[in-house]
Amino acid sequence: MSARPPTGETIISRPVPEPTIDSKPYWDGLKERRLLLQQCGNCGLVRHYPRPMCAACHSLEVCWIESSRRGRLYAWTEVHHPFVPALRDEIPYVMATVELEEGVRLQCQMLSAEAVALRLDLPVEIVFRDVQGGLVLPFARIV
Amino acid sequence: MAASLNGRAAVVGIGETAYRRGSDRSALALQLEASLSAIEDAGLEPKDIDGILPYASGAAVAEDFITNFGLEDVTFSATTPMGGASCVAAIQAAAVAVATGLCRNVLLPIGRRGYSDSRVASRVAAMPQFHVVSEFETPSGTIAPAQLYAPMARRHMELYGTTADQFAEVAVTMRRHAMLNDNAIMQKPMTVEDHHASRMICDPYRLFDCCLESDGGAAVVISSAERAADTRRPVPILGVAEGHPDSPSVITQRPDITRLGLAKAAPRAFGMAGVGPEDVDVAEVYDCFTWTVICQLEDLGFCPKGEGGAFVEGGRIGLDGALPVNTHGGLLSQAHIVGMNHVCELVKQMRGEAGRAQVAGAEIGLVTGYGDLGDGSLAIMGAAA
Repeated sequence: MSARPPTGETIISRPVPEPTIDSKPYWDGLKERRLLLQQCGNCGLVRHYPRPMCAACHSLEVCWIESSRRGRLYAWTEVHHPFVPALRDEIPYVMATVELEEGVRLQCQMLSAEAVALRLDLPVEIVFRDVQGGLVLPFARIV
Repeated sequence: MAASLNGRAAVVGIGETAYRRGSDRSALALQLEASLSAIEDAGLEPKDIDGILPYASGAAVAEDFITNFGLEDVTFSATTPMGGASCVAAIQAAAVAVATGLCRNVLLPIGRRGYSDSRVASRVAAMPQFHVVSEFETPSGTIAPAQLYAPMARRHMELYGTTADQFAEVAVTMRRHAMLNDNAIMQKPMTVEDHHASRMICDPYRLFDCCLESDGGAAVVISSAERAADTRRPVPILGVAEGHPDSPSVITQRPDITRLGLAKAAPRAFGMAGVGPEDVDVAEVYDCFTWTVICQLEDLGFCPKGEGGAFVEGGRIGLDGALPVNTHGGLLSQAHIVGMNHVCELVKQMRGEAGRAQVAGAEIGLVTGYGDLGDGSLAIMGAAA
């Protein structure tokens, strides 16, 4: 395979989120090791990711509820290529799409999972890990 | 009945540069070269262009074409920011513009240095429509399209029994077609075993399930049916549509991650064209990954959901099969020109000018776009008069 020219831009570190007015409570919750989800203040529908309006009733009223952190595996991929050099030492790692009991899904890295052990609807729980620069992220763990 | 664009517009010109890994030309120069070829192919001159639809996430804006071609009065410009679905979605916008008389001849250019410049993970992170993924998913380590799309393929495999052998069938077929094409980058034969031996990128995607990164430019010119009649070899647009999946900004929150925006666009485009999947002689299907082809064949209605893997088996999508797919080699083995190369190939097929990859007697063909986390677009064309 031919080498890349040196001009290629590469994402060196784990990307850092930039919270918005709508999402700040979510990120603040993670710092306190709580998984907070938006709930419509009018009709009660839980939604994710954070956004201003309820798609069901169009209310802009928002409450925040704390997730049970219990869910099931909806989909996954085992990553072998270091798209992010900061994660090179963790390869291979599994990215999981977890369907939470509250009905919404979360994309997160799995803690020490072997892809061969995975199957749809496998029960998992969400835990928290410090990653870099004060950032706390949700991770999934097989129950 | 829904508004119809059937027969109101035609592709009158196509242009492509050489597709390569490595180019000493800028992305703008590449698409100016391709644009000039497309304008000349139509028998027009640059001054005849009065509409421009550049690639939304590309290196050039409409003003660049006005400046470089010295255009005096462009009356319509727009972009269709749908990632890999952009080029075919732009056909719909162009058809509306010429059918309503907003302009006469619309240029759809694209050019990129996908091999020589920024990598795909950096490119998508810069797209405004990725802001939700950028905030909530990339910090966890999901950066590149391969990572974002692999779970869709994995779930499809778990639900429907789709196999790596079926992925390989797509990759091997695209390679075989590329080897018939002098302007295809990949010319080395590929076997199923070669596919299975290529390194894992993110399960279930191996290297040979992933498209190329290429340098090159491509362009088409679209005119109204009336004006098209004066051009060399116009190819009529029979049906065209775009479709946005549920939860368009993030795949993870989508009710069914194995169903694309194309599933919404397909019935509209087929309905407009007055034909069905059974009438299609050749299909140019956006192939950023092998499984993406399998899923789109389902969403187009060639087979029920879950049966796309079996559909591609046994040579069905090869040049001699019942539905030849990506007769130019696709993004997987020709080049990644964001699917404008697929549009150009369909026009060649409809003109009977596809060389060694020509599907004999092709009268109805389609081209799809797929991108931006699930957006879809579809154009159905008929044989040139």
